[in-house]
Amino acid sequence: METTSKNISRRNFIKLSGLTGTALTLGFSFSASANELDIWNAAAAESSGVELNAWISIDTNGKVTLLNHRSEMGQGSFQSVPQMIAEELEVALDQVNIIFAPGNGRKYGSQVTGGSSTIRGSYKKLLRLGASAREMLIETAAKKWGVNKSDCYAENGSVIHRASGKKFHYGELVTEAAKLEPPKDVVLKNPKDYKLIRKPLPRQDTPMKVNGKAVFGLDFKLPGMLYAVVERSPRFQGKVIKWDDTETKKVPGVKHVLKVTRDEFGNMREGVAVVADNTWAAMQGRKALKIEWDDTAFPHHSTEELYTKMRDQVKGEMISFRTMGNTTSAFAKAEKKVEATYETPYESHSCMEPLNCVANVTDDKIEIWGPIQGPDWIQQNICSHFKLPPEKVIVNMTFLGGGFGRKAFTDYPYEAVMISKEIKAPVQVIWTREDDMTIGPFRPGMVYQCKGAVTGNGRIGSFETKISGQNMDMQNPGADKTSYNGSDTEGFLEGYFESIPHYSFGDSPLDSPVPVMWWRSVYSSTNAFAFESFIDELAAQASKDPIDFRRQHLGERYQLLMNKLEQVTGWKERGKNTGYGVAITECFSSIVGEVVKVSKTADGKIKIDKVWAVMDCGWYVNPDIIKAQVEGSIVMALGAATKHETTFKDGKAVERNFDAYKMPRIQEIPEIEVHIMDNEEKAGGVGEPGLPPFTPALTNAIFDLTGTRIRRLPFSLDKTA
Amino acid sequence: MASITLKLNNKNYTIEADPKMPLLWAIRDLAGLTGTKYGCGIAQCGACTVHLEGVPVRSCSVPVSSAANKNITTIEGLSTDNSTAVQRAWILEQVPQCGYCQSGQIMAASALLKRNPNPTDKDIDAAMQGHICRCGTYPRIRKAIKTAAQLMTQK
Ligand code: FES
Ligand code: FES
Repeated sequence: METTSKNISRRNFIKLSGLTGTALTLGFSFSASANELDIWNAAAAESSGVELNAWISIDTNGKVTLLNHRSEMGQGSFQSVPQMIAEELEVALDQVNIIFAPGNGRKYGSQVTGGSSTIRGSYKKLLRLGASAREMLIETAAKKWGVNKSDCYAENGSVIHRASGKKFHYGELVTEAAKLEPPKDVVLKNPKDYKLIRKPLPRQDTPMKVNGKAVFGLDFKLPGMLYAVVERSPRFQGKVIKWDDTETKKVPGVKHVLKVTRDEFGNMREGVAVVADNTWAAMQGRKALKIEWDDTAFPHHSTEELYTKMRDQVKGEMISFRTMGNTTSAFAKAEKKVEATYETPYESHSCMEPLNCVANVTDDKIEIWGPIQGPDWIQQNICSHFKLPPEKVIVNMTFLGGGFGRKAFTDYPYEAVMISKEIKAPVQVIWTREDDMTIGPFRPGMVYQCKGAVTGNGRIGSFETKISGQNMDMQNPGADKTSYNGSDTEGFLEGYFESIPHYSFGDSPLDSPVPVMWWRSVYSSTNAFAFESFIDELAAQASKDPIDFRRQHLGERYQLLMNKLEQVTGWKERGKNTGYGVAITECFSSIVGEVVKVSKTADGKIKIDKVWAVMDCGWYVNPDIIKAQVEGSIVMALGAATKHETTFKDGKAVERNFDAYKMPRIQEIPEIEVHIMDNEEKAGGVGEPGLPPFTPALTNAIFDLTGTRIRRLPFSLDKTA
Repeated sequence: MASITLKLNNKNYTIEADPKMPLLWAIRDLAGLTGTKYGCGIAQCGACTVHLEGVPVRSCSVPVSSAANKNITTIEGLSTDNSTAVQRAWILEQVPQCGYCQSGQIMAASALLKRNPNPTDKDIDAAMQGHICRCGTYPRIRKAIKTAAQLMTQK
C-alpha cells in the first residue's frame, strides 16, 4: 500500500468537473494513517503535496459544482449530499451542478453506499466543508472593501456588506479566495436558521428521471462497444469442463465466445461469455451454447434440506454468544414462559435494473462505468487482480436502478474487465433478469428459536434466541468462523439490553454453497421479525397492551416515539373488528416504530387498511426523501413478507423471473403515513431502517385480529384469515 | 437480417436487424434511445413500455419487424422539457426514487389519461398493475396520476 499522498493535479479537477477557469476547489484530505479530516484549498494542497478531492468547485462565473461521493440508487444522496454543503455555502440548489465522484477511497473516505451511512457517516464533515468555503469567500470580500469580516454575510451565492448593501457574487471572489488558508474553526449554522436542510426540497435528479435522460449503467455506451451475456454455472460453484459454440458462432452479430471468471468473495466462479454487436444477438448466441459443467464438488441442496439443517442446528451447540445473566435457569424457574420458532426465506435483491457493467481495458489503464454501490471496493479489487496502481483503475458511477446491497459486491465489474481485456474492446456485460435472480448472492434464509419468560409484574424476565442461517462474513477463504457475530442482535432495541435481566443471543452458522449478501437493512430485515414477534408473544403472555409492555422496558427516546405512535394511530381508541399490530426496531442508528391496521374482507382474506410509521433518525436533511424511503421500505418488506421467496431445488434457484418471484403491485399497497421525530440526536440511517418493523407489525396485527401467530415467511394474506 | 425502418418519436431510423429481435433491443442498442428500459424481457414488469400507434405495448415482447413503419413513441418522445401533465405531476409529487421503472410507469400513465382523463382508483389499478416498482413508489404514482388529471383540466 502506498502511504504517502501524491501531488494534486489541478488539471484533473478541471477535467473532472468539466469546468473551465476553475478558481476555487475545496475538499477534504484523508491522511493515510488516521481518519482525521483536513479541509484544504487547492493552493494549499498543492504546496503541501496533499491529494485534494474537490467536493466544491466554483468557477469565475460563479458556477458551483458539488461532488456527490456516494451512489444514487434511489435513496436520495444525489440530493442530500449537496443539500448539506449548499446550506453552509449559502447557495441555492438551482445554482449548483451535481456530479458523481469516481471511486477513490483514499480521496473520499469510504464510498461504499451501505449501512444507510451516507449522511450519518459524513454530515459534520460536509457541513464544515461548506462553511469553510463560505468563510473564505466572505474574508476575500471584506478585504476588497476594506471592512470587517463580521460586517459582511453570504447569501444566495454572493457576499454582501451589511451597511452599504454592496455585493460580490462568488465568481468575483474565487480567484482571491483560493489563495487563503481554510479557517481552522468554523461556526456551523444554528439549525433554526437552516434554509435548505430539513426542508422537503424536490430532488435534483427527478427531472432527468421523468424524460429518459438519467443515465443508468445499462444506458452507458462507448464508441465501438460490444455487448456480452454470460452463461454461469446454474449450480453455485460449478466449473466449466468444455463447451461447444458451433451454433453460437452462426448467430449473426456474435463476435467472441470465451471462458470467464468472476470473483465471488475471493472464490473464482466460472462461466462462458458470448460477445456480440447487440444485446439480443448475444442472448441468442448464448441460448445456442452447449456447456458441460463439473458440479460434483459441493452439495446440491433443496430449500427443505437447508431448513432441516437450520432447524437441527438451533437445537444444538451455538458457536458464538452475547449473554447477560443466565437464561437457562431463569427460564426453568419461570411460571409464565413462551417458546417459538420463526423462519424467514432466502430472497433475491431483484433491483429493477439488472446487474450490468461497462469496462474498457486499454494498454495503459482500466476504466469502468456502471451501477456501483462500492466504487472504492471495486477499484481495490481490480487493482489487486490486475496488479495495477489505483491511478490506472478508474471507476465511474452511473445512476443505479436500485442497489439494496447487491450492487456493493465486486463480482460483476470484474467479469466485465476480464472480457474487455481478452477481446481488446469496450464491452458491456448484461445480466438477464434470470441471471440476476438465480446466480445470487441472496439474502440468507434464517431460523430463530426463541425462549422467554415474563415475571410476576409483567416484565420480561429472560429472552433467549438461537439463530441459524448463513453468515455473510464467512464466505471468504480463511474467514474466522468462531468469534461472536455481532449482527445477531441487529434490529433489537438497545434499550432492552439495559432492562432485561437475563438474555442470550447465540449463533450456529449454516454451511451451504448458496452465496449470500446484504439485503436492504441486512440482518435486521430478518432478525426483527423474530424479535418483535416474540416481544409481542411475551406481551400477550403477560396480558399487557403491546405498547405498554414495551414502554416499561425502554428509555426516554423510545417513550417519545411510542407516544407519537399512539397519538397518530389512535391506538388507545382502536375499534373492534380490526387488528392493530406494533413493532419497533433499531437499525443503523435510527429507531422506527410502525403500526399496521388489518381487517377481514367479506371473502375471508386479510386486508391491510393502513400503515403508520414514526421514524427517529436524529438530525436529518430532507423530510420528503425520508418519507419516500420509509414508504419504499414498507413496500419492499410487504413483498418479502407476503409475496416472494427464492427456493432451491437440486442445487439451483427455482424462481427465475417476475412470473414466479411475484412483486407487490399497485393495487396491493395500503395507505402509508410517515412521521419524523424532531430532535438533535446524532444523524441515523434513512434508506433501510423503515423496513424491519413492518413485517412483525403486520403479523402482530393479524394475531390481534384472528388469534393466529404467523411464524414463517412468506405467507399469503389471502389464506390467513 | 433485414433492413427495417422505425418511426421513433417522429423520426425515421433505418436499422439492420434480425426481424425477431424484440423492439426493446432495437430501440436501445440499434437506435440508441436508452430511456426505454429492460426489466424482465417477458412482459411481466412494464419497464419497457412504449406507445405503438398510441397504444401502450411491452417492447420486450414485440418483434421489431411488426413495429416497422408504425408510429412509436418512447419516453424521449413525450417531451424533452418535461412539459406534459404526467411529467409535471411526477415532479410535483416527487415520484422517482431510483427512477429505473419510471419511463414505463409514465408511458402507461400517459396512455391511461389519454383515454380516461379522470381515472378512479380502480382504473389506475387496472392500468398500472403490470408495472413493477422495486423502490415502492406506488403510493406516489397513484397520487401523481390524480395530480396529472387535475393539471390537464387546468389547461
Ligand atoms: S422488460 Fe418488458 S415487461 Fe419487463
Ligand atoms: S423508482 Fe426504482 S424501481 Fe421504481
